[in-house]
Amino acid sequence: MAAVQGGLADTNEEKDIKTEPSNDGFGNNNATDGRVLSTSPGSSASAGINKSAAGAPEDQQTLLAVLQFLRKNKLTESVEILRREAGLPEDSLELKGSDSSGAGSGGAAGSGDKEGGDASALLSRVTISSSAAAQAPTKAAGEDQPDVNVVLSAYNQQGDPPLYQVYYSGLKKFIESVLDCHRAELSQLFYPLFVHMYLELVYNNHESEAKAFFEKFSGDQECYYEDDLRILSSLSKREHMRGNETLMDFRTSKFVLRISRDSYQLLKRHLQERQNNQIWNIIQEHLYIDIFDGMPRSKGQIDAMSGSLAGEGKREANKAKVYYGLLKEPEIELPLDDEDEEAENEEGKPKKKKPKKDSMGSKSKKQDPNAPSQTRIPLPELKDSDKLDKIMYMKEATKRIRLGPDNLPSICFYSFLNAYQGLTAVDFTDDSSLIAGGFADSTVRVWSVTPKKLRKVKSAADLNLIDKESDDVLERIMDEKTASESKILYGHSGPVYGISFSPDRNYLLSSSEDGTVRLWSLQTFTCLVGYKGHNYPVWDTHFSPHGYYFISGGHDRVARLWATDHYQPLRMFSGHLADVTCTRFHPNSNYVATGSSDRTIRLWDVLNGNCVRIFTGHKGPIHALAFSPNGKFLASGATDGRVLLWDIGHGLMIGELKGHTDTIYSLRFSRDGEILASGSMDNTVRLWDALKAFDDLETDDFTAATGHVHLQDNSQELLLGTYMSKSTP
Amino acid sequence: MAEERRQKQCSVSLPTESMKAMAESVGVGQLQEESCTALSEEVSYRIKEIAQDALKFMRHGKRRKLTTSDIDNALKLKNVEPLYGFQSQEFIPFRFASGGGRELYFYEEKEVDLSDIINTPLPRVPLDVSLKAHWLSIEGVQPSIPENPPPAPKEQQKVESTEPLKVVKPGQEEEGTIQGKSQGATAADGKGKDKGLIRLKPRSTHELSVEQQLYYKEITEACVGSCEAKRAEALQSIATDPGLYQMLPRFSTFISEGVRVNVVQNNLALLIYLMRMVKALMDNPTLYLEKYLHELIPAVVTCIVSKQLCLRPDVDNHWALRDFAARLMAQSCKTFSTTTNNIQSRITKTFTKSWLDDKTQWTTRYGCIAGLAELGPDVIKTLILPRLTIEGARIKAVMEGPVVSTIDKIGADHVQSLLLKHCASVIAKIRPQPDNMEQYRTDYGYLGPMLCSHVMKARTQAALQAQQVNRTTLTITQPRPTLTVSQSGLSGSAGSRTPSIIKVPSSLTLMTPRPGTPSQPSPPATKYIVMATSAGASSTQQVITLSSSQSASPVTSTVPSATSTLQPLVKLESGSGPGLTSSRPMQKYIVVSLPSSASSSLESKSSVLPTSISSTSLEATMKLDRSESPGASTQSPH
Repeated sequence: MAAVQGGLADTNEEKDIKTEPSNDGFGNNNATDGRVLSTSPGSSASAGINKSAAGAPEDQQTLLAVLQFLRKNKLTESVEILRREAGLPEDSLELKGSDSSGAGSGGAAGSGDKEGGDASALLSRVTISSSAAAQAPTKAAGEDQPDVNVVLSAYNQQGDPPLYQVYYSGLKKFIESVLDCHRAELSQLFYPLFVHMYLELVYNNHESEAKAFFEKFSGDQECYYEDDLRILSSLSKREHMRGNETLMDFRTSKFVLRISRDSYQLLKRHLQERQNNQIWNIIQEHLYIDIFDGMPRSKGQIDAMSGSLAGEGKREANKAKVYYGLLKEPEIELPLDDEDEEAENEEGKPKKKKPKKDSMGSKSKKQDPNAPSQTRIPLPELKDSDKLDKIMYMKEATKRIRLGPDNLPSICFYSFLNAYQGLTAVDFTDDSSLIAGGFADSTVRVWSVTPKKLRKVKSAADLNLIDKESDDVLERIMDEKTASESKILYGHSGPVYGISFSPDRNYLLSSSEDGTVRLWSLQTFTCLVGYKGHNYPVWDTHFSPHGYYFISGGHDRVARLWATDHYQPLRMFSGHLADVTCTRFHPNSNYVATGSSDRTIRLWDVLNGNCVRIFTGHKGPIHALAFSPNGKFLASGATDGRVLLWDIGHGLMIGELKGHTDTIYSLRFSRDGEILASGSMDNTVRLWDALKAFDDLETDDFTAATGHVHLQDNSQELLLGTYMSKSTP
Repeated sequence: MAEERRQKQCSVSLPTESMKAMAESVGVGQLQEESCTALSEEVSYRIKEIAQDALKFMRHGKRRKLTTSDIDNALKLKNVEPLYGFQSQEFIPFRFASGGGRELYFYEEKEVDLSDIINTPLPRVPLDVSLKAHWLSIEGVQPSIPENPPPAPKEQQKVESTEPLKVVKPGQEEEGTIQGKSQGATAADGKGKDKGLIRLKPRSTHELSVEQQLYYKEITEACVGSCEAKRAEALQSIATDPGLYQMLPRFSTFISEGVRVNVVQNNLALLIYLMRMVKALMDNPTLYLEKYLHELIPAVVTCIVSKQLCLRPDVDNHWALRDFAARLMAQSCKTFSTTTNNIQSRITKTFTKSWLDDKTQWTTRYGCIAGLAELGPDVIKTLILPRLTIEGARIKAVMEGPVVSTIDKIGADHVQSLLLKHCASVIAKIRPQPDNMEQYRTDYGYLGPMLCSHVMKARTQAALQAQQVNRTTLTITQPRPTLTVSQSGLSGSAGSRTPSIIKVPSSLTLMTPRPGTPSQPSPPATKYIVMATSAGASSTQQVITLSSSQSASPVTSTVPSATSTLQPLVKLESGSGPGLTSSRPMQKYIVVSLPSSASSSLESKSSVLPTSISSTSLEATMKLDRSESPGASTQSPH
C-alpha cells in the first residue's frame, strides 16, 4: 500500500465507502473491464491503450486515479492487471499516491469533520481537474462509476445559503440587462447554475432554503427542462442524492455550453467585478464552456441545439471523420435481361452474360470517397441465398416508381386485434413478408403476411430420411404439418421491448425487460441464444444490415455490440447519461447510432468503440432513429413530437419537422430516400419530403465550421401527407 | 400556468396522517410526529422516483396509460419485490371509509374462497392476437373505409357549420400546398405563393365517386323498399358508416322530398321509413347534421303535426309515427340548439301556437303536445300543465258531449292518454304528497282524477327506481365488510383446507380499534354486525355471511375450525356511505349466534339470516330518502 493518506481524510472515506459495500468496487471493476474491452478491438488491444496513454496525459491521470482507488480497496490483482494493460510504470503510481496524500494531509492539518470533507473534496478536484485540464475530457473509466462521496463532496462548499438566491437573482439581473445579442447566449447559464446551486443547497442540508430557491427560480427555466425539474424537485435530502442516477449524471459530467467569446468576456468581467465566487466556482467546476469566435448565436439557434441533459455536444466531439458512405455493392453475376419479362421466370438460374451495369450498378462500382474501406470491419460473406435476394432487390429497384410529392406511396396499415395494449415492439422484414411483434406478456409472435405459411424444419430424425440430393431439398426439409400463419416464440420473462429481423430473414432478435437479448431461428422457431450482459431492461436491439452483428441498448445506459456467435459483447458503448432507448446500425455497418433518455443521439464507431458524434437538440427521450439509405443523414424522433434531421458528415442539425403532437415511435425512409415516414402516438402517419429537406441544405450557406445551425421553419412545406388512424382505446 | 404547476410539484408530499395510518396497519401504535414527517418525505420521494421509472416502462410499452405492471417493473429496477396481485387493466377501485375523525382510502382485499374459484367453469378463452390489414392511404389519398377515421371528423363538421369563417381544414391545407408546389415553376416560387395566399373559405364540394353513387342508390332503395331485412341493414349502414359525410346533402334532400310527396299521398309506411332514416343519420357518430337541419326539421315537424298522415286515420297507427318524430325533434333540439339558431324556442313557439288554436284538429293537437312533451319536464311544467284544465274541458266535450265523428273521439282519447302519460311524472315531482282526488279535480279539471291515479302510480314507480339507484350507489361507496378472525386454538387436523387460506387483509387492522370500542361516538350510520358461532365438537366449518343487503351477492367465507372451542367472528361494517344518510346516525348490532351443532346443513340458512335482517333494517332508512331522490335522479340535465 503505497499511498499513505492523511489519517482523517482516509478514515472518513473508508467509512463512507463501506456504506455502499460491494456496489462501488464491483461497478468500478466492471467499468474497467468495459474499457479494456471497448478499446481492444480484436488485434491491437494494448497498442490502443499505449497510444492513448502516451498521447493524452489526462488519460493517464485518470488511470492513475483508478489505480489508486483500486489499491485503496485492496484490489491488488486488478491493480496489477490494469497497470500492466496500461503500460504504466510502477513508480508513477507512487508519485500519484504521494501527490494526493499531500493533498490529504493538507486537509488533515485542520481538525473536525468539515476538514475531512474538505480533504476529500480536494481529492476529488484533483481527479476532476486533471481530466478537465485539457480540452477534451474523455469519459474515463473512473468517472463512469464515480465514487459517490468524491463526486458529492464537490458540493461541500461553504457559502451562505440564503445568499444563493441573491447570487442567482444578481446574475439574472445582469443577464437581463446585457445587450440582446448576448442575452440569449448567457441565458443558457441559468439552467445548469440553477441545478447546481440547488444541489449544493440540498447537499449541505439547507432544505428549506433549497425549496425556497427552487420555488423562486424554477419557473424561469426553459419549458423543455420540466422533466428534469420534476426529478429535481422531488429531491430534497442529502440522502436522496445517493443513487439518483439523473443527479449523478449532472454532477459527473460537465454541462456543455457554447458561448461566443464576447459574451463570455462579458460574463467573466461581471463575475469578477462582483466577486461572485460562488457562481464562478460552479462555472469552473461543473460547466464546460465551449468558446467560439464570432457572432453570438440567436435565441432560436440556441434553442434548437439545447435541451439535452448535459448541454450541447462539444464541437470537438463532432470533429472526427465519419465514413458515412456506403460500402461497395458486392459484384454479383446478374442474370441480365431485366428488360424483357422472361427473365423473371428464369430467375435463380443465372445466365452467364456480361455483368450488369445499369444505373444502380454503376453507382456502386465507384468507390465513394466517404465510404469506409471494404474491410474496415470484417463482414460475413454473402451466401447464395443472399445473392439471390440481392438480385431480386435490384430487379425490383429498376421497376420502382420514383416517389416524390406527386407520387406518394400507399400505406398498408396492420392492426393487431385483441392485443389489449400489449404490443410493445414491431418489426418487418425488408421484403415485407413477415411481421414480428413483441408483447408485454413476454411472447414474441411472428406472422407471415404473404400466402406462404410459416413452417418449421423437420426434426433431426426426419431429416435423415430425406433425399439430400434432390433439387427441392429446401422444400423437403420443411415440415408441412407445422404450417401456420403465425408462430409464437416463448422464452422471455418480461415485456419484449425491441425486436429486429436479420436481413436474411433467418433470425429474429428480441430484447426484453428481463435483461436478455434472444436470438431466434425462423427455421425451427426456437431460441438459439440468450445474450446476457445487460442487467436491466434492454430497450432496443437492431441487426446490422449485413447480418452477423447486432446492437442492443438498455436501462444500464450502455449500448453493446454483439456478434451472433459470441455470447459476450464485442464492444460496449458507454457515454450516455441515461437509458439507451433506441439503437440503429448505419447502412454500412461501420457505425451505430443510439438515442437516449438523456435527449442526445450518439454515433459510435464500431471499429474502435469511440463516440464520433453527439447530437443534441431533442427535448425529450429519443424513441426513433433512421438512417437515410445513402448513409449521409440521420433522422430522429422523440417524445417532444419533433423529427430532427442530422447531417452525419458535418455533424450538424439540418432540419426540424414539426407536426406530430405526441411521441414519435417509428421512422423510416423510403428505399431511395425521397420520403421519410413517421408514426406517432397521436395516431397519425406523416410523410415528409426528405429530398427537399436535404436539398435545401445543400443550397444553404453552410456554416459547418462554427456549427451554428439556422433552421428555417418549413415543416409545413415538407409535410406531404397526414394520415389519421383510428385511435382504438 | 406551467410555472404554477411546477411550483406545486415542489411541495407535494404525503400527509403525515397517512403515515400514521400505515404505521397502525402494520402494528406500530404511536408514531412520533417527527418520524411521521421524516417518513412522509422519504416515502414521497421514493414514490416519485418509482413513478418516474414506471413512466419509462409506459413509454417503451407505447402506451398512454400507466399500468400496474409498469410500477412492478419499476420496482424490479430498484431491486424491490413487486407488489403481487395488483393485476388490473383498468383502475383499481379504492374504497373510502371515514370514522373517528379520519378518512381512509384503502384497497379492498376480498376474501376469496378457493373452492369457488376451482369449481367455477373456466372463463372464455380470450381471443388470440390477430392481424388485420387495411389501406391507410392509397398513393397519398386516404380511402374512406370504416377502418379509417372519417375524412371530416365530427368536430370539424361542427366547427364548419357553426363558425364557417374559422375553418381550416388540415386536408385542404395540404392540398393547397401541394398544388402550390406543382403549379409553381420552382420551389422558391411555390413558397412565395403559399405565403401570399389569402385564405378563403373553402368551397365545400360534395362530389360522389361512382362507388358512392351506387351506394347511395342501394341505400335509398333499401330504406324505402319492401324488404325489411334489407332496410335494417341499410339503416345500420347509415348509422355506422364513417364515410357518409359527402352524401349527407343528398340524403337530406331525399328525406325532405320524400316526406313532402308522401304526406300528400298519405303514405304512412314510407313516412315511417323516412323518419327511421333520419334517426339513423342522427345516430351516426361521425356526422354532424347542423348544416342540413333546414331540410330535416320541416320534414320531421310535418310528420309530427300533419293533419293527416295516413289513408285511414281511424285504423292506422299514425300516432306512433308522431311520437317517434317528436322524439327525433327533441333529440335534434338537444344536440343542435344554440343561441344563434334558437331551434328549441322556435319549435316550441310553433307547437304552442297551433295548439292554442281552437280550430286545430285532434291529430295536430296530439302532435303538438307530443312534440312539446318530448322536450322535457321543464317544458311540460311551463307550457302543458297550465293548460290541462282547458284541454280537459275540450276532451270532455268530445267524450261526453253529443255525437261526433269517431275520428275525433279517437283523437281526443289519444290526446288524453298522452297528457296523462307525460304530465303524471312531472306532477309527481313538483306536487307534494298526499295525492287527493278532489284537490286534483279542482286543480286540473276533468283530467284531475285520472291524473291523480297516474301520479300515484308514477310515485311508486319512481320509488322503486330510486331504491335501485340507491342500492347501486351504496355498493360503490360503502366499504365492504371486513372480517377479523381470531382463533383461540388451532390444530392441524383441519380437513382439506388449512386455516392459512384465510388471510387477514392488511387493511383490516386499520379498523380493528373500532370494533373494540363500539360505544364511542362513532360516525353516522355505522353498523356493526357481530356474529358469534360456537362450534360444536363435530362441526368443522361455519359459514359466515359477510355482506349485507347492499351487495348483490352475499360473500361467504368458509372458516375451517377443527377445534371445539368457540370461534367468535366479528364483522365490522361501516355503514351506508357519507353521501346518503349523513344526518341520521344509525348504529346496529346484530349478533347472530349459531348453535354448536350447526353443521353444513345450516350453512345456507346462516347465510340467509343475517342478510335478511340487515336488509330490512336498511330499507327503513332508504324509504325515508325516497321522496327526494327520484327528483334528483330523473332531473334531466339541461
